[in-house]
Amino acid sequence: MATQEIDTQRRKFLTGALALGGVSTAIGLGVLAPSRALAKWQEEAIMTTSLDDGLNQVLGSSTYQESDQVQLDAPEVAENGATVPVSVETSLPNVDNITLYVPENNAPISAVFELGSRARPSISQRIQMADTSEVVAVVKSNGQLYGTSRKVQVTVGGCGG
Amino acid sequence: MRLSRRDFLELMLAAGAAGGLGHSGKTLAGSRSGSGEWREIPQDFYDVPRKGNVHLLHFSDLHGQLKPVHFREPNVNLGIHDFKGEPPLLVGKALLRHYGLDRFTPEAHAFTYLDFREAAEYYGRVGGAAHLATAVKRARAERPGALLLDSGDTWHGSGPALWTEGQAMADFQKQLGVDACTGHWEFIYGDKRVQELVEDLQGAGTRFLAQNVVDRDWLDPIFDAYTLHEQNGVPVAVVGQAFPFTPIANPGYMFPQWSMGHRLERLQEQIDKARSDGAQVVVLLSHAGMLTDMAYARQLRGVDAILGGHTHDPVPYPEKVTDPDGEPTLVVNSGSNGKFLSVLDLEVRGGRIRDFHYRNLPIFANALEPEPEMQSLVDRVHEPYQDRLSEVVGEVDGVLYRRGNFNGTFDEILARALIEGRDAEVAFTPGFRWGPTVLPGKVTFEDCMNQTCSTYSETTRDEMTGEQIKNILEDVANSIFNEDPMLHRGGDMVRTAGMRYAIDPTRKMGERISELEINGEPMRPKRKYVVASWADVNEPQDGPQAWDVLADYFRNHGAVSVDEPYLPQLKGVSRDNPGLAS
Repeated sequence: MATQEIDTQRRKFLTGALALGGVSTAIGLGVLAPSRALAKWQEEAIMTTSLDDGLNQVLGSSTYQESDQVQLDAPEVAENGATVPVSVETSLPNVDNITLYVPENNAPISAVFELGSRARPSISQRIQMADTSEVVAVVKSNGQLYGTSRKVQVTVGGCGG
Repeated sequence: MRLSRRDFLELMLAAGAAGGLGHSGKTLAGSRSGSGEWREIPQDFYDVPRKGNVHLLHFSDLHGQLKPVHFREPNVNLGIHDFKGEPPLLVGKALLRHYGLDRFTPEAHAFTYLDFREAAEYYGRVGGAAHLATAVKRARAERPGALLLDSGDTWHGSGPALWTEGQAMADFQKQLGVDACTGHWEFIYGDKRVQELVEDLQGAGTRFLAQNVVDRDWLDPIFDAYTLHEQNGVPVAVVGQAFPFTPIANPGYMFPQWSMGHRLERLQEQIDKARSDGAQVVVLLSHAGMLTDMAYARQLRGVDAILGGHTHDPVPYPEKVTDPDGEPTLVVNSGSNGKFLSVLDLEVRGGRIRDFHYRNLPIFANALEPEPEMQSLVDRVHEPYQDRLSEVVGEVDGVLYRRGNFNGTFDEILARALIEGRDAEVAFTPGFRWGPTVLPGKVTFEDCMNQTCSTYSETTRDEMTGEQIKNILEDVANSIFNEDPMLHRGGDMVRTAGMRYAIDPTRKMGERISELEINGEPMRPKRKYVVASWADVNEPQDGPQAWDVLADYFRNHGAVSVDEPYLPQLKGVSRDNPGLAS
């Protein structure tokens, strides 16, 4: 593997992250959790235990339209349930936010990304998963909700071979 | 796949050459057995005339076995849902019938469990690095420039492999002249050691290929994805795919920064890149398991052949799978323990494969002279450990084998040894598929090592609730019997002692296991039970090594009677399933 190629990839990643960081705020619930830093609605959001309540808390509606313009990338089987890498990208215009949910977690809201108007709607995040579950990604584009989901298995491991 | 008439004739021809149709050539030995007359191994068994212009030699899952062994193929290897009765999930007579092979032939012994003890005594041991080397030499003499490919699980599985941290096996690969290999159990030695050995191999012209191993954070590839070779003017690419679930099935803490998975998009990119580099033939060298390899073949474009391993399923003939462009991909798995060498000849004209010829050659140690240089490597590698390995720890009155979806006689004893040695109520022992077979008679410490050795073989003794115990059974069953082969992690069902259960492989996660009893009482979900196990993948343990617990069991009992292994009650699977024989 040529070092140059690695550097190029890192640079691309950093440029993307910088662009994102410059114009947006990211709140990874459960990762950054000093309660005094959170607004009241966020406190309530943390307390929700169902997907519908979570969607309602964050987006004001529990329904969204399935869309193949929302791409959710997540492993079929998590290598470590404590840090499952997921990324969401969308080709939809005027995206205000990208949000992630794990319905089987006790607290289903996993991450809320508020995007500035010039941000490229593409995020990556490590999420915690207690058990095998769908991972749901919902984006708000032109005020409408679009989403998609993918099943990620969390296993006890071992026994291969 | 259905055999076409031409395929069938070709297969019959191969079988004829092997004596399956009453070949009357000179013989090495002859014998009459209680259940039939064994056909001798014909003298021309290893004459495989060269055909075509691109030649691939392949083996897999040697699991550290440098000396000839016995290896009993399973009598339970279930295909369910879409895979019922489909290769490679065929056993015994059903397998012979599917491939048009005769019983009481060398092939019948190599590919099935039938008449195992008699056949093993008649044909002798299989595999062995020096015997494999002779077969490779012969095939190569006919095919200058042939590529020798190894699907991995080579560095692990025996005392010398473990105690040299894989060096003995890397030396074997270099000596044999392996052109490319990939990995799975290789990773148990940890990231640093793997990279040392990969560099060592590379210096000798053996490439370690694994497109799906990437840095956990940056997704940078850790190993090369593919190599290009030219054979008779035809550029041939070999792309490597390591076992996708290694960080889950084995201790990920040994290589914390490496992430794996199928990574099919990246794999397709590598295939396309190899094609644009001029490759006319693209071979995927895989350690994903045969059913998963066939799923790959349905999804990937531009792969001509998948040479794979992991599930230890030897097939006498390739599966022809149709890719998304309607083009065929040949899928081959060559079996385990050095027992087979696949010879695949491709006829390539005008940049396309016009025809192919294949034999999966069983390596019978009695029918192949050991190659002297490899023999001296084998002797050198074993010499420092020979005293320790040859200790007789006990004896048995039956065949000790491991392979089978639910249990084997060796695991039955290992599970009992765990209960006794760790003073537990119940025991779990992983459904590994490695570990050679031992014929009735003496059991040595080497036999114990062959069933248990790894870098994380410490035994454990924990309390678990009934619910947790059931979840483990469900989780493992959900991997083996999942209707989606992309989720198969390989291995067989976890073996147990101190409990009984019923299993319906056809159901979904959480619904397969029922009627769970622990020590004769219905399982109580909240009660805690003392559970002995070994090979924990989550964190390093410090209990006694599994090989010592097993060897001590033999030492304490002396003569051990080999009983029918405990099999859970099977539901939802009909008796006529071609992957099931009693």
